[in-house]
Amino acid sequence: MMNREPEQYTEGEVLAPPTERYTILGWLHKNLFSTWYYSLLTLVTLYIVYAILKPTLIWAFQQAEWQVVVVNLRLFMVGQYPADQIFRIWLALHLLAFTAGLAWAIWLPKARRLGAFLLLIPLALAALPFISTTSKINWVIFAVAALLGWALGIWQPRRMRRPLLILLLAYFPILIFLISGVEPILKLVKTNLWGGLLLTMLLAVVGITVSFPLGILLALGRQSKLPIVKLFSVLYIEIIRGVPLVTVLFMAQLMLPLFLPPQIKIDNVLRAMAGIILFAAAYMAENVRGGLQAIPKGQHEAAWALGLNGFQTMVFIILPQALRNVIPVIVGQFIALFKDTSLVAIVGLLDLLGIASTVLAQPEFIGHQREVYLFIAMIYWVFSYAMSYASRRLEVALGVGER
Amino acid sequence: MNETSVPFWRDERVLQWIAQIVFLVAVVAFLWYLYHNMITALAQRGLLPSFHFLSLTAGFDIGEHLIPYSRSSTYGRAFLVGILNTIEVSFLGIIFATILGIIIGVMRLSTNWLLNKLASLYIEFIRNIPLLVLLVFWYTGVFLQFPRLKEAKILPGPTILSNRGVAMPWGKPTATWHLYLYILAVGLIVAAIVWWRLTLIGKRTGRMPLVSVWSTLTFLGIALLGWVGLVLFAHQAPLALDTPQIKGLRTVGGLELTPEFMALFSGLVFYTAAFIAEVVRAGIQSVSKGQVEAARALGLTGFQTLRLVVFPQALRVIVPPMTSQYLNLTKNSSLAVFIGFPDLYSVAGTIHNQTGRAVEVTVLMMAVYLSFSLATSVFMNWYNKKIRLVER
Repeated sequence: MMNREPEQYTEGEVLAPPTERYTILGWLHKNLFSTWYYSLLTLVTLYIVYAILKPTLIWAFQQAEWQVVVVNLRLFMVGQYPADQIFRIWLALHLLAFTAGLAWAIWLPKARRLGAFLLLIPLALAALPFISTTSKINWVIFAVAALLGWALGIWQPRRMRRPLLILLLAYFPILIFLISGVEPILKLVKTNLWGGLLLTMLLAVVGITVSFPLGILLALGRQSKLPIVKLFSVLYIEIIRGVPLVTVLFMAQLMLPLFLPPQIKIDNVLRAMAGIILFAAAYMAENVRGGLQAIPKGQHEAAWALGLNGFQTMVFIILPQALRNVIPVIVGQFIALFKDTSLVAIVGLLDLLGIASTVLAQPEFIGHQREVYLFIAMIYWVFSYAMSYASRRLEVALGVGER
Repeated sequence: MNETSVPFWRDERVLQWIAQIVFLVAVVAFLWYLYHNMITALAQRGLLPSFHFLSLTAGFDIGEHLIPYSRSSTYGRAFLVGILNTIEVSFLGIIFATILGIIIGVMRLSTNWLLNKLASLYIEFIRNIPLLVLLVFWYTGVFLQFPRLKEAKILPGPTILSNRGVAMPWGKPTATWHLYLYILAVGLIVAAIVWWRLTLIGKRTGRMPLVSVWSTLTFLGIALLGWVGLVLFAHQAPLALDTPQIKGLRTVGGLELTPEFMALFSGLVFYTAAFIAEVVRAGIQSVSKGQVEAARALGLTGFQTLRLVVFPQALRVIVPPMTSQYLNLTKNSSLAVFIGFPDLYSVAGTIHNQTGRAVEVTVLMMAVYLSFSLATSVFMNWYNKKIRLVER
């Protein structure tokens, strides 16, 4: 922390600070009552806010029965995932925390305050009154894992670079292995048991990860000088972007089984995943194309002058720069996809939104729609807002787009 | 350097063509493989692709239809009903979302602290929750929670709010309605002539009058005169006020809107408005302050500055993202199925359940949505080009 010496002024030079900023009355006058119609507007708005807020607050604190959320918390989080296997989800989360801590220490060693703030989140979750002791312990472990990764990264920043990259690349397969399981080692959990927030997250993560390479290929195809390849890419991208996600899900749900040879059977969750991947790839392609177009032509020419061929130019010169530039956009797409996965509830999957109808069908919780849907909306909101806030801060920290 | 000295296997053009042909063959082979699997599977079920089923009797009811429809209508007609419902809710949604979005966007720029904060709170909240959750909340948490018809809330008007939906007063055409339509047509023509003449005068003198204001006033004046004339001479107004009344278990008269429609409509409007507000804000902020100052220095009034300087420039930034918001709204209307509004997707789903024709239904549905997207973007591109010409 820096201790700045108070700067010295001679007395005559000091100007009185502008008072209106500091007095409450001045502030009120400037920001709320500057002219007569602004005053009127302020008063009318205040009344409307009061008229809406009062019944809402009375409902939320006196009439609403939040018991429905507390009782079904596990259902909302992981759906029907077997209770004795939940430790695997925690394991995946702890590994994620460790990786994130490590990455934070290596790539953002200076952003300590934001990191410390993020570390408070699992601890705050552990302090929630209505969650089980196991969950509390696990949230603490989560925080410790993140701290451990961070400490390791600070201690050996150079030597941990390569393990970090390997960990990042391996995380996705490890995640799928942990959640789904391979029979002799881990008990197989069928996809129809995946549900709640877990399924929502998995769909979004799988969607963005698998659509990434597809999107790059499509973007390159659209930029290509080869007319047939270009035509195919443009057609694919524009058709998918022109139809709603539900129709793609509908197609994946009904037509995918027809397309595959009869001996291959895939279940609902995999079909939805395929639909989401196909859908996300078109949008990913457009995002990547934006990055490709931002690379000045001189980069191509310089690479050619150095004797690289077309493939080498793309892989070593153009793509690394283009992909670095589109990271914020891809984060944005991930957030949008995270929200869009709620559409799988329409085709009957039990994601966070889909599980709500299961909860509301229990006889003791009929008529609690408001509580349940508000709770779900809040979960979506917290995640989306946290992600977009973090990505905005990261953009500033990384200086992406400024250079 | 002699070009013929390059052997063909190192000639880039030849290689490119070979690559393309290989790509084409691979894609076609893959698609053919999928198609072959599909045809085999369909043949086993006896459902080879054909659109004949569209002329069969549908045999299911659709709650809301803009054109006559009954159980004995065909599947094709059911499809049309779905398409029209989608168009209806998208069209109304676009209009109201634009109005609300502009209001919130301007609030967001206001120097009034309260309005500003309220607008940004609204935008941040709506943009971070899924539309589907919002829709379900509107439907099950708001419109279905209204009291039963017996204890219905009656707002002045009278507008009846109940869990059967919203019923409000509405104009009902009378015998003179057709005559009035002719008068309106005449008004439209006269207004167009006024528009044309004023533009001509404006171009000649270099002082452009308020063309749109005057022609709108002309039209409204003729509409009003026609109305008064019909009341005086034919003793019947073209529209009679039709107020809703509670009769037994339902409301009669006026405009009746189902909870499904209201939930979908308000969900789409409130959701899209948040995005439109950001578009509007970005557009207005994109006009540099110097433009406003220069306009004021030239002696333009505040309104003139807005109309002649700020607005045309902001519009150019606003139109492209606004187009994609309109398209999003249209595509998002397909979420109606989750709350039971019979839009295109929902009707298509029912047809699929009854006939089992997944391929045909998917193809038809996607084709319709694609043509919506194409039509909107063609129109918007035309409009975009038109306002771009204003530039210089």
